[in-house]
This record gives sequence, C-alpha cells and structure tokens, in this order.
Amino acid sequence: MNDIVIRTNRLTRYFGKVRALVDVTLDVPRAGIFGLLGPNGAGKSTLIRMLCGVLSPTSGCGSVLGFDIRTDAESIKRRIGYMSQRFSLYSDLSTIENIRFYSMIYGIPARKRREREDAVISLTGITPYLDRLGGNLSGGWKQRLALACALIHEPEVIFLDEPTAGIDPVARRDLWDLLFSLAHQGVTMFVTTHYMDEAERCSKVGYLQAGTLIALGTPEELKASKQVTPDDARRYEVSCKNLPAALARARSMPMVRDATLFGTVLHVLIDASCDPTTLVQTLTGGEEGAAFRPVAPSLEDVFVILSRAEEIRRVS
Amino acid sequence: MNGFWAILTKEFSHIRRDRTTIFFMFMVPIIQLLIFGFAIDVTIDNIPLVVLDLDGREEGRKLVEAMENTQTFQVVRRTFDQESFQRAIRSGQAKAGILIPAEYSERLLRGEQAQVQVLIDGSDSQVATTALNTVTLLVSNLSVGRARLLGESRHFAPARNEAGAPALPIDVRPRLLYNPDLQSSHFFVPGLIAIILQMVLLFLTSFSIVRERELGTLEQLFVTPVGRGGLLFGKLIPYALMAFGELLIVLVAMVGLFGVAISGSLILLLSLSSLFILTVLGLGLLISTLAATQLEAVQYSFLVMLPSVFLSGFMFPRSEMPTIIWAAGYLLPVTYFVEIVRGVILRGADAVDVSSSILGLTLCCVVILFLSLARFRKQLD
Repeated sequence: MNDIVIRTNRLTRYFGKVRALVDVTLDVPRAGIFGLLGPNGAGKSTLIRMLCGVLSPTSGCGSVLGFDIRTDAESIKRRIGYMSQRFSLYSDLSTIENIRFYSMIYGIPARKRREREDAVISLTGITPYLDRLGGNLSGGWKQRLALACALIHEPEVIFLDEPTAGIDPVARRDLWDLLFSLAHQGVTMFVTTHYMDEAERCSKVGYLQAGTLIALGTPEELKASKQVTPDDARRYEVSCKNLPAALARARSMPMVRDATLFGTVLHVLIDASCDPTTLVQTLTGGEEGAAFRPVAPSLEDVFVILSRAEEIRRVS
Repeated sequence: MNGFWAILTKEFSHIRRDRTTIFFMFMVPIIQLLIFGFAIDVTIDNIPLVVLDLDGREEGRKLVEAMENTQTFQVVRRTFDQESFQRAIRSGQAKAGILIPAEYSERLLRGEQAQVQVLIDGSDSQVATTALNTVTLLVSNLSVGRARLLGESRHFAPARNEAGAPALPIDVRPRLLYNPDLQSSHFFVPGLIAIILQMVLLFLTSFSIVRERELGTLEQLFVTPVGRGGLLFGKLIPYALMAFGELLIVLVAMVGLFGVAISGSLILLLSLSSLFILTVLGLGLLISTLAATQLEAVQYSFLVMLPSVFLSGFMFPRSEMPTIIWAAGYLLPVTYFVEIVRGVILRGADAVDVSSSILGLTLCCVVILFLSLARFRKQLD
C-alpha cells in the first residue's frame, strides 16, 4: 500500500495556451528507478517541477510520499532531493562551501552536519576537489557535487533531470553505479534521460510525447505489449552492406510493418505468414553476405513504434 | 526565516568574490560625487558678448563697462559694422550682442529717450534667460540712477530715507539663507545621497536575485525547505548594510570634501535614510519579480532611474515643471527623500518640518513592499 511514493492523476499543465503536459497518470514504487523519456520539449522537466512543488498544476493532482503537490509542497521539499538539467549550484563558491550551504539550508542540526557532509563527500568521491570553485569543476564532477548537495538531507526521493547530459561515458557509468547503490538503500529515483541504455537499466519507464504519456511500465512489459510485438508478426535483425537501400525497399513492402536502422543493422517487423529468407533476399537485392536473425524488441523499438502510432492517432 | 543565516553567509561570500560588485558599490558613488560636486556648476557667467558701438563716446562706453562689471557678460568682440555684428551671433561666437546707436550720448544729454538694442541667442534657454534678466535689471538700474540725478538737480525726490536723503520708494533687502555663496555643490551633494543610494541599491538587489534566476540556482533553492522570509532577508540584508556603509562614506565626503555641514539631526537623517533604503530594497525586489534576465533588470532599473534624476527635483526645480509632470514626481520615493535630505542637511529641518515628505516616503515604502512581497513566491510561475 505505502509502497507507491509518487502518484499522479490526470496531471495537466498549460503555459498560456501551450499544453505542456496533458492528463499524465503514473505511479512510482519505492526504491525503484523510474526513467522518464521523451524528446526535448515533451514536458519532462515540467512534470518534475510540478512533482517538486515549484510549479502548480493547471488541473489534475499528484502526491509525493503521500503529500499533496498543491497543498503540501513544503513538506515534500524537506524530503526530496532535486538535480536540475543545468549546473545550478554556485560557481563562485567552492565544493565544500556549496555542500555546507545546502546542509544549512536543509536545516540539518549543527552536531549532525559534519557527519552528513562527510557521508556525501565520500559517497560521491569528491574529496580531491573540495576547495575547487564550483565553476571550475568538469561536467562529471559538477554532477557529483550536485548529487552530493541533493543527498545531504537523506532524501527519500531524488528527482534527476537529465543527470548525464553532456558528461563523458566513464562519468556517466560511475553516476549510474551511484544511483543503483542508492536505490539499493531504499531511495526512490525519478530520472529523465535521452539515453536508451540508461532507460534499459530502469525498473520502470515512461515515455512522454508532446505532453502525453504514451508508454508506462517495466521495460519487459513494454517490449511484450501487443502493440509492439503483435501475435501475427515477427521481428528480425538484418545485416547487409547497403543499409539505406534495404531500408528504402523495406518501407515500400506491404508485409513489412516497421523498419528502423540500428547502427549497422536493420530491424524489421514482418507478418508472421511471410517467409523471412525470401524477404531478406528481396530486401538486400540478393546480396551474398546478408544475414538475418530473430530479435526481441529493444526499448528504442518500443518508443519508435509507440510514438509513430501516437502521431498517426493525433493526425487523424 | 528558515535558512536565513545560510543565505546571508553565502551572499557575503558572493560579494567578497565579485570584484565588479565591490567596484560598483564604492567607485561609482565616488565618481558621481566628484562630477556633481565639482564639475557641474549651474551658475551662468561670462556669456560671450559682441559690441557694436556706433556712439563711441563716454555714455556708450560706460554702458558696456557696466555690462562687463556684472560678470555675467564678457566682451569677446567689438565690431564696427552691422554685417560682422550679426555674423558673430549667427556663428555662435557670441551668445549676446549690444548695439549702441550713433546718437546715444547726445540723446541722453538732451534728455531724450535713447534706444539700445540687445540681441540674445535664445537656443540655450537657461543662458538666454540669465542674459535677458541681467540686461533688463542693469538698464533699469542705470535709468533709475539717471532719473534720480535729474530729480535731485530739480530738488525733487520720489522718497526719502530715515536720514532724509533722497531714495527710491521701495528698498528691497534680500538675504540668502542656508547657502549664502550660492555654491552648486551645496545644492547637489545632499540630493546626490538619494540618487546614489537608489541607483546602487536598485541595481545590486535586483541583479542579485535575477542572476540566481538566470543561473538556475534560484530554482534549486525553491525545491529546498528554505523559507520565503529567510531567502528574502538573507539576500537583501547584506546589500542594505552595504548601502548604509555607503551612506556614511558619502556623508563624510560631503562634510569633509565639500564643506556642507549637516545642520539638522544626524539621527533623524540616518533613520529616514534607513526608511529610504528599505523602500529601494522593495523596489529592487519588485523589479526582480518582473525581470527574467539581468538585461531586463537593467532596463527596468533605468525606467526608475531616469525619472528619479530628472523629476525628483535633484537636478531641476520641481516648481518649474508642468502640473502633470510635477504630480508624477510624487510617485517616486526619491522625490520625498531628496526633499528630506535637503531639508535636514541644509535647512536644519526637524521631523515636523519634513513631516509631509516622511508621510509620502512611508506610504511609498508600504505600497512597494506590499506589492513586491505579494509577487515574490517560491514558485517558478
């Protein structure tokens, strides 16, 4: 019962006449990592800001840790951590000054402050940079500092808005390892991202498109959904030399329901009644080295299919 | 008030590390003091004068001499024909010209009315007005002098003084109070206190909040349990303290450098200054709720600063203004404060003397603080 920490019901937000978020209904269980995906401007940051209580909903309602986001925002703020898209700490304060500032802001009692500061410093491993000014840290360390400040008051939920945007792969991996260990300690994570591999690591994902939540579930649930993998269709991975030509042919064939390039391979969803060997030969123009194998859908497949379907629904 | 000390400490760290803020806080007022205190002198003298004396005898020379003796005029050229006389004025070489006709001395001696033509370049109205007033006064004095001499020679006097000597019917005895030497600095420097305080405070407070909005640090603060009061007071009090320090510097400079003594109560001056500081903090806060970027904050600040300089009575006398403009000046808190500082510093006014200005300033303060506090929320919309 008490294990749902974030819950929204038909949450909607307009900016003037622009619909930033429409009827978003979701719930996030405790100690999970909820990944929110979607293109820029889809409403991800708007949703996070409403959940953090700094933006009021136009209609609908929501709660975080049982506190209403409209009426009890201050109770929420005491119990959550927030890391925004941009580096939003003070560039002209040093690492340790930033951490101390937030430990005071969160009203941590003086006798406990030192202990908490040491805890977040060792957790994020930022010890070598304690005296460096915030503005002089590299992207990855800025994010760690932001995380340290967001964790200082032992929040139960952390909202991270594109925490890995623009940082190097090693820092990205390290940051995710940190998030996993926090989730393991029972902290709930609400993360927005553009990276599919990050989405795959989440315990639950949602996909926002133009303000509408068009997918919600665990990665497995989404991949197994009938819309993504219908009973009468099969998905294959085709590898060949002339990928663009194969893609163009695939898109013109009626038995191919979907065709998408994935790096050096092509994913096609074809009618189950159709023989894959013949089809692949037609696709590749009889190329000798062409190969194919059945594959399970990736999350990218899921989002591509769902957003195309949503676009068609919207147009009609 | 949650988080007050954290914000206060942080704000002082920003100020300590931000050299431009310190420069702005202390250098700009000093530069302004020097400019307004020393450079600007609004008394007009030595207006360039061109002379065309067709008379050339004693009476004509005496008239030109009398004009130079006022020190309002300075003869830059003497011409002998109409053409170059006109040209001297047209070219801007002279701002005024006097034409003494050929028969001038004869006519005066014969007891006939003599005409003198004075041309004044009206393009600069202040110079022209001064020239006009000086000439009119001078010539009527000379006329009265001649008339009195004539009257005396016929044993007739328009009036007599206590000693029984012939005198003019009305004897005016003007006395200049508070600034007997008519020094511009006495007029400008006290008013400058108001302008400097407002300018520096308005920019710094609105910037300090808008900068955080631009950098995204304000959004980060909004998602913490920091209290609205703690956030506001923590951010504004450092600037209020600096403004107060600056007030003291300007006062010391005023007394030490410009020799303007504080005739009234220092306590009254400082407490009313604090009221003004509070009002401007509110104004800065109001701007910060309206402006999304620092550039917008600059523009809003100028929207307040320009009328403050021109309409408050700091530079131009308010009594000369058209009624609507004059009334608009009362919307600016600085109008009341300029009135207060001049009253207390120059005229030794007490609280009763400036009570209407105190009331006006208090009213501005309450309205501005109410508006800005109502607009400032811990929300992004």
